[in-house]
Amino acid sequence: MEIVLVGLNFRTASIEVREKASFSGVQAQRAAEELKTRGILEETLVLSTCNRSEVYGVHPVANRESAAALSSFLSTFHEVLPDQLNPSLYHHYDHDAVRHLFRVSAGLESMLLGEAEILGQVRDAYLRAHENHVTGPVLNRLFQAALEIGKRVRAETELGTRPMGVASAGMKLAERIFGKLQERSALVLGAGTISEQVVSQLRDRRIKHLYLMNRSREKAEEFAKQYGGEVLNWGEWDTSLKFPDVIVSAVGVQDYLVTKPMVEKAMASRGNRALFLMDLAMPRNIDPAVAEIYNVYLYSMEDLTEIVKQNRDARQSEVPKAEVLVEDHVAKFISWQTSVELTGVLDSLRGNLKQRRAHFLAEKLAGMNHFSAEDRERIGEMMDELIEQLLLHPAERLRTEKELRRKIQNIEAIRDLYLSHREKP
Amino acid sequence: MTQMFVLLTVLAYLLSLCLYVSLLYAGKEIAGRLATVLMFLGLACHYLSLLARAKASHTVPYHDLQGSMSLFGWLLAVTYLCLEIYHRQRTVGAFVVPIILAFFCAAYLLPNHASQPSQVHGVVFALHVTLSILAYAGFALSCVLSVMFLGEERLLRIRKLGDVVWRLPSLELLERMSHTSVLVGLVTIGVGTVLGFVAVDRQAGQHWYFDPKYIVTVLVVVLYAVYFQLARTAVWRGARASLLCVFNFVLVVLSFTVVNLYFSPHHRYF
Repeated sequence: MEIVLVGLNFRTASIEVREKASFSGVQAQRAAEELKTRGILEETLVLSTCNRSEVYGVHPVANRESAAALSSFLSTFHEVLPDQLNPSLYHHYDHDAVRHLFRVSAGLESMLLGEAEILGQVRDAYLRAHENHVTGPVLNRLFQAALEIGKRVRAETELGTRPMGVASAGMKLAERIFGKLQERSALVLGAGTISEQVVSQLRDRRIKHLYLMNRSREKAEEFAKQYGGEVLNWGEWDTSLKFPDVIVSAVGVQDYLVTKPMVEKAMASRGNRALFLMDLAMPRNIDPAVAEIYNVYLYSMEDLTEIVKQNRDARQSEVPKAEVLVEDHVAKFISWQTSVELTGVLDSLRGNLKQRRAHFLAEKLAGMNHFSAEDRERIGEMMDELIEQLLLHPAERLRTEKELRRKIQNIEAIRDLYLSHREKP
Repeated sequence: MTQMFVLLTVLAYLLSLCLYVSLLYAGKEIAGRLATVLMFLGLACHYLSLLARAKASHTVPYHDLQGSMSLFGWLLAVTYLCLEIYHRQRTVGAFVVPIILAFFCAAYLLPNHASQPSQVHGVVFALHVTLSILAYAGFALSCVLSVMFLGEERLLRIRKLGDVVWRLPSLELLERMSHTSVLVGLVTIGVGTVLGFVAVDRQAGQHWYFDPKYIVTVLVVVLYAVYFQLARTAVWRGARASLLCVFNFVLVVLSFTVVNLYFSPHHRYF
């Protein structure tokens, strides 16, 4: 038995190739079913996200040939010439395939190191494959372990905790001041790409009131239609600065839009409740002197970029910790896989020995007429007992000793040694 | 036996502190949960050591300075754990447990003073003392939370965010937690003071006698009530209110130490 993985990701394939090789939910199901019915794989699972398309499978014989068949299948399935697809594909077997999946699940193979979405995508892919009965005991165990390591890495390391984008870093800072933003209100100035990112972050945090303000009211209304929120008239600073707890500005203007006296006035009318301002424009929209006002927290694009850089470094420093956890789980999985395979090998060995015992006894006892039928039966029973004893002890040890299973690296060698005609367990 | 409880308490609190610090620096959630469990264990051992102390001295544990300090540490731990559970916030533990540990250790390391038996006894008196010390614990906790608020607020203002700031409670939560502890302190000190008058009245037959402790206690109550009110006003909300809270606690410490030891004949150790 071998676990095989064939796939491509953002590191190995261009976006054009990734687009061609991606699977929709229906396609993933169809591909998995075809792989099973054609006998290419015994168990199979397709994981397809915007940055990767991977097919995991279990082949009954460990002959390192299944990857080639799988690559050829992918070319045919996606109608892409092998010359175009093959250079982007990577193949992994057994340990390496397991390690790769665990790294994917942990976010170590993601474009945005440690991102959390991948764990949900792995979970969805597994649940879908499981429901369609294309997985079996090995892939079930493998993907359950992958989900476990994904959760563990996120719980025990800081790989996914720190914000990696300017907008999310700003929101995290706002949460340092206000806690959850569900009961807060925010004002977003501008309707460009940055504002879009900010609004998306605010919506994710279920902000209670969202106000939008833009020089072109039409554009602001379009924006509000798309994301929700109330549009305020441009320039009505006295009323618009009074209510929000978070103000984000990303407008392309040369002079300061929000000045110190304006914020002072707003703070007086809001009873000095804390105010968090994010200036994401260049040149800046908010006068830096605003930061001097009591209970006002002002962060510029430069400040937030620096925080993101620190976070990126911090996430990178967590990689070794996550890798240790991954290796731990790889060892555990391989140990389980070995125990399953060894049990199969021992069962085959038992059958083989019993068969040989029958031939052996028939041959040796042929000329020994002084043995009665009862004696022959008794001798047969004793030999059976001996075979059981010889096999029972190692089987029991394999069941209970993880370290022993770890030491047995090449199960195929044992199979070749004792089952020369390659009986499949 | 007492020795064993003392050692177990120190061990549990120390381990709990290490785990709280680990939660703060490494963000390990499991460390936080274990820290809480160990705090509960420490609390149980601390209680048993208080009990053993009371049995050994044939009196309540707060009749000497050491006993009062130990009881203060225990009540601080109780208040903190209640607050931790109520607000589901564990990172404060790294700042509170050192104080609990310091008071507990000091109670057993300080030289023993020959304690004078108190003239007042009974359940009402016991409640008066316990509630007063609980109030001090509440005020101590609010002071720790206010210091945390000031530190975090400062870091956010100067934009120097290290690893720890991301794991601290939000400023808003720190404020709320501080208000809760002050409220606990105000209610318990109020009830405790009234019970003190009742206890003295019952046993000494006196309604009133002059004791500087009364003045200081009234001052403490007034200042905390003022803090409670000012923290909601435009001018004081935020860092200024937290500073006032820290200042108020300085007065509590003075009341607990200088006033008790040198000015109040009836309030030696609480």
